[in-house]
Amino acid sequence: MVSHKSHAPTKPKRGVPEGLWKRCPGCQATIFRKEAEKRLGVCPECDYHWYVSARQRVEQLLDEGTFEEWDAQLEPTDPLGFADRKPYHERLKSEQSRTGLREAAVTGTGMIRARRVAFGVTDSAFIMGSMGSVVGEKLTRLIERATEQNLPLIIISGSGGGARMHEGILSLMQMAKVSAALARYDKAGGLFISVLTNPTMGGVAASFASLGDVVFAEPKALIGFAGPRTIKATIRIELPKGFQTSEFLLEHGFIDRIVRRSDLKSEIARTIDYCGK
Amino acid sequence: MAGIIHRLAFERPIFELEARLEKLESSADSVVDAHDEIRRLRVELSRLKRKIYSELKPWETVQVARHPDRPMTTDYLELAFEEFVELHGDKAFSDDRAIRTGFAKLDQYKVMVIGHQKGKTLKERNACYFGCAHPEGYRKALSKMKLAAKYRIPVICLIDTPGAYPGIGAEERGQAQMIANNLFEMSRLPTPIICVVIGEGGSGGALGIGVGDRVAILEHAYYSVISPEGCAGILWKSGAYAEKAAEALKLTSKDLYRLGVVDDVIEEPLGGAHRDPHLMASRLKMYLLQQLRQLVDRPTDALLEARYQKFRAMGVFLEGGVPDGQPGETTTNDAAVTPSSDARR
Ligand SMILES: [Zn+2]
Repeated sequence: MVSHKSHAPTKPKRGVPEGLWKRCPGCQATIFRKEAEKRLGVCPECDYHWYVSARQRVEQLLDEGTFEEWDAQLEPTDPLGFADRKPYHERLKSEQSRTGLREAAVTGTGMIRARRVAFGVTDSAFIMGSMGSVVGEKLTRLIERATEQNLPLIIISGSGGGARMHEGILSLMQMAKVSAALARYDKAGGLFISVLTNPTMGGVAASFASLGDVVFAEPKALIGFAGPRTIKATIRIELPKGFQTSEFLLEHGFIDRIVRRSDLKSEIARTIDYCGK
Repeated sequence: MAGIIHRLAFERPIFELEARLEKLESSADSVVDAHDEIRRLRVELSRLKRKIYSELKPWETVQVARHPDRPMTTDYLELAFEEFVELHGDKAFSDDRAIRTGFAKLDQYKVMVIGHQKGKTLKERNACYFGCAHPEGYRKALSKMKLAAKYRIPVICLIDTPGAYPGIGAEERGQAQMIANNLFEMSRLPTPIICVVIGEGGSGGALGIGVGDRVAILEHAYYSVISPEGCAGILWKSGAYAEKAAEALKLTSKDLYRLGVVDDVIEEPLGGAHRDPHLMASRLKMYLLQQLRQLVDRPTDALLEARYQKFRAMGVFLEGGVPDGQPGETTTNDAAVTPSSDARR
């Protein structure tokens, strides 16, 4: 991880460790960092569920010391020689050093209340948590191993980016690849619990994140296919309040339960028990 | 095609030469000398078309793919298929005109056609949302594919969309969910699926009917993770960089073939499909028949295993510092892309 800043940040940036205080994006209150961490990154004032990193997710959800990472050696490359205002290969390096991650997904196995699971999480701080070849491959391998080992599968999605533009069409194909692996897992009788967190958009929402046997979402997460700005530019009217939130999706029948972060672990364990896995 | 002729900027030399030729032809009836000149100009014209169309820049390819006179699903249904029995129902919400589905006959084969439709007239375009489907369109497509699979009728998907529709209703009715469902079910649909990108292959909206045993593309169509304008808006902070984005995204048929994402590129008539829809339709038909012959008798298990492995192999990454690739391949990025196993025969 990069070094800590010594002063209180005025505007928290995702993926960057902050000082002692943190401003809540939900209510703008300044919150003591330790207090927020103790509450799993949930604002004590307004219940806003803050960003938490992939590593923090592992700590929050898996029994202590049980996580064994898979495919950590996979690294992104630059298959298109892509450059926007910055070459992709440089962007990858800076994202890696900024987040301490090799890629946007962390996968592996561990225990949830003593039940062994296959576990994946995408970190929305790494190029918006978008899915390129590595995220697609890691998730596919995770699903294939869950199928072979007959493990329940838990994937926590956080992706504002959907399919990663910098790897072009290859990113789009990851949607098909991961979904195909899930279809085989389904046929084998697997249990997939998909947990949607803020934000889950685009190609991630339009593939594995929506394919859970049971779909949970954290409160007030932004979830959808098209980005709100794209929609606004297309239809040229104001979007309704609460549009594309977890609550909106629950109301329209696309998720099963809204689960507060503090309840996530027990809700997952309970669902596994109900399905006899 | 009557009325306005749509002129793409880079085609100007073609139109100028055509105008000269036309003038000469109409005035030269009696002048023997002009015949040689006319012949010369005709040769020159086809040379010019070939040159311009073989050197299209990615952004120009996008323009051709979006050409208003470019043949659409309904044109191919008329020109390449003997009959089309449209089936409208998604059995849940409404009939999405941006995706047409139904039984069709292709020579001796009975098939299910699923195709995006952008619309010919302004009225039809509005009814089709310019080819941008809603969740009910994807749901309808899946229900017809399942119907086809029940009787092992092959499915033919004609892809031509700027993208799935971005709107309030589309989100309320589960755009992401419906596309995801299609990817999931198409990967294991127990009947042959042949997908052809005939115009625009816009992102998830294209992929939503794009998982198959064969994925082909017409020469001047494109297929991309995001529209060049959308990409430019996000990464360059301005849609004005669409041309740059089109280059960076590697969205042309040549690039897609090199990346192993499409199995075949179907050659277009000289100067693009819009110059000769009949010829284009007959080439498409030939391609489809060729693939059907290979696929129809393949046992379902083998079919689905090959389909799985085809998409399974897509993606490029490093593993322990070396590029992933099929054994025996070299380690450049290009070679590390693994083309589908059985498609290059
Ligand atoms: Zn707050």
